[in-house]
Amino acid sequence: MQQPTYHSISENPKFHELVRGRSIFAWTLSILMLAVYQGFILLVAYDKEFLAQPLFPGSTTTVGIPIGLGVIVFAFLVTGIYVARANGRYDALTRELVQEITK
Amino acid sequence: MTFKRAIASLALALTASAVSISPSFAEAVSGAVEKQSLNIEAIVMFLGFVGLTLVITWQAARRTKSASDFYAAGGGITGLQNGLAIAGDYMSAASFLGISGLVFASGFDGLIYSVGWLVGWPIVLFLIAERLRNLGKYTFADVASFRLDQTWIRILSSIGTFTVVALYLIAQMVGAGKLIQLLFGLEYLHAVVIVGALMIIYVAFGGMKATTWVQIIKACLLLFGATVIALLVLIKFNFNPEELFASATKIHPKGVSIMGPGNLVKDPISAISLGLALMFGTAGLPHILMRFFTVADAKAARKSVFFATGFIGYFYILTFIIGFGAITLLMNDPTFFKEGKVAVANLLGGTNMAAINLAKATGGSLLYGFISAVAFATILAVVAGLTLAAASAVSHDLYASVIAHGRASERSEVTISKISAVAIGILAIYLGYMFEKINVAFMVGLAFAVAASVNFPVLLMTVFWRGTTTFGAVVGGLLGLVTSVAGVILSDEVWVKTLGNPAPLKFFGYGIIDNPALYSMAIAFGGIWLFSIIDRTSRANKEREAFEPQFVRSETGIGASAAHVH
Repeated sequence: MQQPTYHSISENPKFHELVRGRSIFAWTLSILMLAVYQGFILLVAYDKEFLAQPLFPGSTTTVGIPIGLGVIVFAFLVTGIYVARANGRYDALTRELVQEITK
Repeated sequence: MTFKRAIASLALALTASAVSISPSFAEAVSGAVEKQSLNIEAIVMFLGFVGLTLVITWQAARRTKSASDFYAAGGGITGLQNGLAIAGDYMSAASFLGISGLVFASGFDGLIYSVGWLVGWPIVLFLIAERLRNLGKYTFADVASFRLDQTWIRILSSIGTFTVVALYLIAQMVGAGKLIQLLFGLEYLHAVVIVGALMIIYVAFGGMKATTWVQIIKACLLLFGATVIALLVLIKFNFNPEELFASATKIHPKGVSIMGPGNLVKDPISAISLGLALMFGTAGLPHILMRFFTVADAKAARKSVFFATGFIGYFYILTFIIGFGAITLLMNDPTFFKEGKVAVANLLGGTNMAAINLAKATGGSLLYGFISAVAFATILAVVAGLTLAAASAVSHDLYASVIAHGRASERSEVTISKISAVAIGILAIYLGYMFEKINVAFMVGLAFAVAASVNFPVLLMTVFWRGTTTFGAVVGGLLGLVTSVAGVILSDEVWVKTLGNPAPLKFFGYGIIDNPALYSMAIAFGGIWLFSIIDRTSRANKEREAFEPQFVRSETGIGASAAHVH
C-alpha cells in the first residue's frame, strides 16, 4: 500500500470540509466565551449598581449572583456542546477521510 | 537576613499591583501565622494519605519502564481520569482557601475571581487540547518545535517553563509551609522539607503515573470535603440560598454591600487585562499542558477538558457557598476570632482559614482534621505536577534535543529526568525557605501573566499560522517574557511604593496598568508576526513549507505519536 502524502490529504475535499467546519465552530465558541466573560467584567467595572440590585423586590439575592454563576455554567455548557459535536460529527468525518486515503 | 527581608517587603508591595486583587486575599497566606497546637486527627488522616500515595508510587515505579511511561503515564489515562487530574492541578490550596477566604471577607468579589479562573478552560478546549495531543509527545515544546528549529524553540520553551514553574512552585511551597505550621503545629522549615521530600519521591520514582494518581485521589478528597461542608451549611438554611444570603448580610460588617461588586476591580482596563491573563494563562501552564499527552487520542483529550471544566466549576460554586457559610456560622461565634473580637481581620489564622474554621464549626474536629489533611495533600499533589513539568523540560527538551541532538537513549533521558526531579525538589525546598515572607497570590498572578505572554502565543502562532518562523517565535516569545516581567515592576504599586520613586511612571500622560497581560500579550503576538514576516532566510522558507504536514496532523491526528500503538 502506498503511504498517502500529507499533500494529498490537504488537497482532499473532506479535509477541507472538516477543517473549515471545525475551525468556524471553535472560533465562534471562543469569541462567544470571550465576549460573555469580558461583558461580565465590564459590567463589574462600569455598572456595579446594576449587579448589586435585588433580583426581585425585597430579596437579598442580587442580580449579580445568577449572572456570575451563569458565566460558570455557560463555560461548562459550551465545552459540552463542542465535545459532543467534535467527538461525534467531526471525528466521523476524520474517520471517513482516513478510510478514503488509505484505500 | 536583610536581603531576605528586602525581598519579602518587595514582594508584599508587588502583590496588589500584579493581580489587582483585594489585600485581604493577598495578606492571608503571606502574613505571619501563629503555630498551632498539634492537630492529631489531621496528622492521622494525612499519614493515611501519604501511606496510600506511597503504595501507588511504588506500584507505578514497578510499571514505569519506558520514557512514555515516565512522561505520559504510557498514554493510558482515560478522559475522566485526566479530567480529575487536571481539575486537581487547578484546584490548588490557594484557590480553595483563597477564594473561600475572599468570599468570607468581601462576598461577591470572590465570585468574580472564580469566574476568571474558569473561563480559560473552554479556550484550552477549542484551540489547544486536541492539537496538542495530535502534535506532541511529552512536552508542549514538542508541539512548538514540530516544524521549527529544535534547539532554539526548546531553549525558549524551557525558559518559559522554568519561569512559570519557579513562580508557581515558590508560591505553593511557601503556602504549604504556612498552612502546615498553622494546621499541624510543625515548624515552617520542617513542613517545607516534608513537602519537598514527598514530591521528590512521587516524581523521581513514580513519574507521571504516580503524579496523576496522587492528583486524582486528592481531587476526589477535596471535592468530597468541600461538598460535605457546603451541604452542612445549606442544611442550616433549608437549602434556600436566599436565607443564607439574608443571614450573612445581617451579620457581616459590610452589610448588603457584600452582595455586589466591591473593590476587586479598580478600572475597566486593568480588569480586562487581568481577565486576559487568567483566561489565556491557563492555556500556557506547562504542568497542565503536559496532561494532554497522558491520554490515548484527541477524543479523550477533549473529554478531559469537559470533565475538568465541570469539576472546577462545581468546586468554585462550593467555595462560594462555603465563604457565605463562614460569614453566617463563624461571625456569631467569638471563639473563632482573636481575643473573641468578631471582625473579618481577626479570624483565627487569617481570612484564608475561613474554610478550615468553618469545617470545625460544622463538622467538629473530625471534619476539621479531614479538611486540614486534604489541604496539605492538595499542595503536595500540585508541587509534584510542577516538578515533573520542569524535570521533563530539563531532560526531554534541553538534554535530549539541545545537548544530545536527539541521540540520547530513552534510558539516559529518563535517568536525567529523575536526577532533575531530585535537584528541582531540593531547590524548591531552599527557595521555599528563602522566600518565607513572599506573597503567594502575587507569585501566582505573575506566573499566569508570563504563561499568557510567552508559552501561549508561541504555541498558538506555530500551530495556527503558516508564516511563523523560528526567528519570529523566539524574538516574540522573549519580548513577551521581558514585557510581562517588566510591566509588573514598572506598575505604580512596585515603582512608587516599593522602589520609592516619587511619582508614578507616565507615558504620554497615561499611567501603567496593574496587570501587564493586555500589552505584553499584544507585544508577544505582534513580535512573532513582525519578526516572522521579515525573516527571509532559506530556513524560514522551509519552515513555512513544513506547515502543511503539521496542519494535516494537528487537525486529523494522522501520524500522531502513540495514537496508533495497540
